[in-house]
Amino acid sequence: MTHALARPAEFFDNKYGMDTTSLQRVLGKTLGKQIDYADLYFQYEVSDAVSLEEGLVKQASKHVNQGVGVRAVAGEKTGYAFSDEITVSTLEIAAHTARQIASSGAETARVAIGGVQTPTTDLYPVQTPGPDIPIARKLDLLQKIDTFCRAYDRRITKVQTSFSSSHKLVLVATSEGLVVGDAQPLMRLNVLCIAEDGNNRQSGSAGGGGRMEYEVFLDNDQYLEYAREAARRAILNLDAVEAPAGAMDVVLGSGWPGILLHEAIGHGLEGDFNRKGVSAFSGRIGQQVASELCTVVDDGTMPGRRGSLNVDDEGTPTGRTVLVENGILRGYLQDRLNARLMGVAPTGNGRRESYAHMPMPRMTNTFMLGGESDPQEIIASVDSGLYAVSFGGGQVDITNGKFVFSASEAYLIEDGKLTRPVKGASLIGNGPDVLTRITMVGNDLALDTGVGTCGKNGQSVPVGVGLPTIRINGLTVGGTRS
Amino acid sequence: MALDPQLVQDLLRTARQCGATAGDALLVDNASFEVQVRLGEVEKVQQSHQKRLGLRLFFGQRSATTSTSDLSEASLRQLLDDTCALAQAMAADPQAGLPDPEETITTIPDLALWDDAIAQFPVEERTAMAREAERAALDYDSRITNSEGGEYSSSQSHVLYANSHGFVGHYQAGTVGLSVSPIASEAGGMQSDYWFASGRKLSQLQAPAVIGQEAARRALRRLGARKVATQKVPVVFDPSTAASLLGHVCSAVSGSALYRGASFLLNGLDMRIAPETVTIYDDGTLPGALGSKPFDGEGIPTRRTTVVEQGMLRSYLLDTYTARKLGQRSTGNAARSAGESPSVSPTNFYLAPGAYTPEEIIASVPCGLYVTSLIGFGVNQVTGDYSRGAAGLWIEHGALAYPVEEITIAGNLRQMLANIEMIGNDLDMRRRVTAPTLKISEMTVAGN
Repeated sequence: MTHALARPAEFFDNKYGMDTTSLQRVLGKTLGKQIDYADLYFQYEVSDAVSLEEGLVKQASKHVNQGVGVRAVAGEKTGYAFSDEITVSTLEIAAHTARQIASSGAETARVAIGGVQTPTTDLYPVQTPGPDIPIARKLDLLQKIDTFCRAYDRRITKVQTSFSSSHKLVLVATSEGLVVGDAQPLMRLNVLCIAEDGNNRQSGSAGGGGRMEYEVFLDNDQYLEYAREAARRAILNLDAVEAPAGAMDVVLGSGWPGILLHEAIGHGLEGDFNRKGVSAFSGRIGQQVASELCTVVDDGTMPGRRGSLNVDDEGTPTGRTVLVENGILRGYLQDRLNARLMGVAPTGNGRRESYAHMPMPRMTNTFMLGGESDPQEIIASVDSGLYAVSFGGGQVDITNGKFVFSASEAYLIEDGKLTRPVKGASLIGNGPDVLTRITMVGNDLALDTGVGTCGKNGQSVPVGVGLPTIRINGLTVGGTRS
Repeated sequence: MALDPQLVQDLLRTARQCGATAGDALLVDNASFEVQVRLGEVEKVQQSHQKRLGLRLFFGQRSATTSTSDLSEASLRQLLDDTCALAQAMAADPQAGLPDPEETITTIPDLALWDDAIAQFPVEERTAMAREAERAALDYDSRITNSEGGEYSSSQSHVLYANSHGFVGHYQAGTVGLSVSPIASEAGGMQSDYWFASGRKLSQLQAPAVIGQEAARRALRRLGARKVATQKVPVVFDPSTAASLLGHVCSAVSGSALYRGASFLLNGLDMRIAPETVTIYDDGTLPGALGSKPFDGEGIPTRRTTVVEQGMLRSYLLDTYTARKLGQRSTGNAARSAGESPSVSPTNFYLAPGAYTPEEIIASVPCGLYVTSLIGFGVNQVTGDYSRGAAGLWIEHGALAYPVEEITIAGNLRQMLANIEMIGNDLDMRRRVTAPTLKISEMTVAGN
């Protein structure tokens, strides 16, 4: 399978008869009069998942998800049709449906496509995709994690571990003659522990992954690091006190707290919202939206990262886009449609969950560049506040800019020192304002371990975030202790 | 798009020949349609057809689940081989298995889940409905200046389930929906909101103009919102936010959370969790309702389960596996899409309406929050700790005074349930998990 999956164009030709002639014919039928642009997105994905609970294998599953999406674009209008059956006749029906949006005629256009392109660099040259790893190896790993967590502390009473992976083969063919394929591996390991002490029950979780070889989990016993983190957090939370409520100075740790950037400004800078003028950041390019200490980028070209892609889901090579440079708003994230309508170049951020979804501007790996402060000095600078190092999910209202994200591991800072762990609390702020309140940026930029999934308009895609330790003055913490 | 039971039965028969001791399969054929109109122009039309097969096989008490959308003979053979190999690599789980044969449904009732009119409705008229709904929002007030569009969508599925006990069942169900997302603006800011209608039948949908006007009102009332000081006050949840609150209760009574110890209602059966005024049902038999279906993902008939009776927790929601884990019987709550293993899910999960109008509830609050929008994921299902971003209207002297935003509301779900002080009479069934207006006597509001 590995070999066939390495060459997407050959794969779709051999398995479904999608040769150059067929692609040209279907694209020609989609294009017709009044249609500016058409493309086809083929997908063949194999995914698997296995989970362990109470030391028992709880679930094992394997899924094949194949299909094709046909898109016709006319001005601001898009027609989209998709099917899980990949045949020329199904495609012709889909092409007819998609083009109805702009034209009722039956004329076809000539489309000439060139040779199949392969991405110039492969950010994830994986030898053995996750679904091909023998299940016995995965189960062995999960068993070891389970044993480790139970031995960590006698108060750990439940352990759930899971491994999931996918290998997605895609082929994009456009009416402009581009044909490009990609093979996208993805893996993830997750650990959840529940700790009990009398009536006090708490949970802790950790995990990681990326577009990588399975062996990365084994290097330096990385998988046991996730186990240790999950168990440590569950035990820590047994001692957590109620979180404070109200505005205070907040220090965010490095890595996963970068979800702040994702929610506070990332979504608001996606091209679709800005073309429509519905984002709190609309029309603000060139304005100061953050303190001068802040430079924020979105980079889809980082080798092996969960949010990286060789080409986006419209065939555009991914890139590194500077969103905020020394506090000044520099750019938006674009797919083809919105880039064209806004008169700018696509940035390689056109992504979709699957063939059953239309592409739209999405983030890849979003992070803030490191600064000059020592992380310990940042904590020591706060008289009274909160230090948050791990988070659950976050969400943003694009239009008014309000965002929240929820801490899952946090501590009180009193007189510059970390004192007690506090229970989870949501932090809420205003996107266009929060980065202006950053007064210190650490020299310890880190990316998350590879667990992020972003949802937008019902579509989920894997993403990465990153952050150095930062200090934010006056952020509202949503605890219960006023 | 009638489904052929032969395909599924043949597959299960071949599985038996390969050594499987039991199995079940689900075949789902779905057609969906969506049209979006923005500022009067069609922006997106999407249409699809998908067919997917899900297979679960047991080798004694070892099992595995697989699925594919490639229904070719070669692919199904591969699926079978993969499933057998996976299942045999598993450890035996004493509770694994199909429901007992006598638990599966015998007569399939007509729950009015299908409407021929949905497929027959001309595309031009679907577009016209989306356009009219958006138009109504844009025309409602000069401060409605932009829009993320009006959308009409429909989805129709045929579902076929078969198992190796010889059960074969089939039903068809559809939904249709209309929504509008207008943007209101004035000096100093923009606000968006939305409103929607949904149902099983085209004729049940509210008029497009009604949807558009309500969406506009919801966006307009957020203009000029401010923060408030941190304080403890009564909080009134409107039906849309009350529904999300009830969703947390629903997750906490799910068998899968309970046997894992991951629920704040663990060991709560037959205990008081709320005042006597609170009764909660899960009812999969309501004709024409969005969560109704004749049988669940394991062929067991759906039913009306009293989850909370006058404040006492009376039942969990269970599928076959979680019921056996907890020493109980399935409540017919196995949800299953073709691509997934069965899991516990509600049908129509609702809090029974109370005695008060929403106006009476608001009038009872001297100073507090009327919450209309919640964001974020700050809910810990294990502990019940609750902290979410909120927006709404501040209540002063029993009346809505001004809009508020960039605040959080926090508490603990166990305490919040116990503190339900008033229940509205305004329950509607536009959601599968739904509640009327609810007043909670005290929560922490964090702001300035």
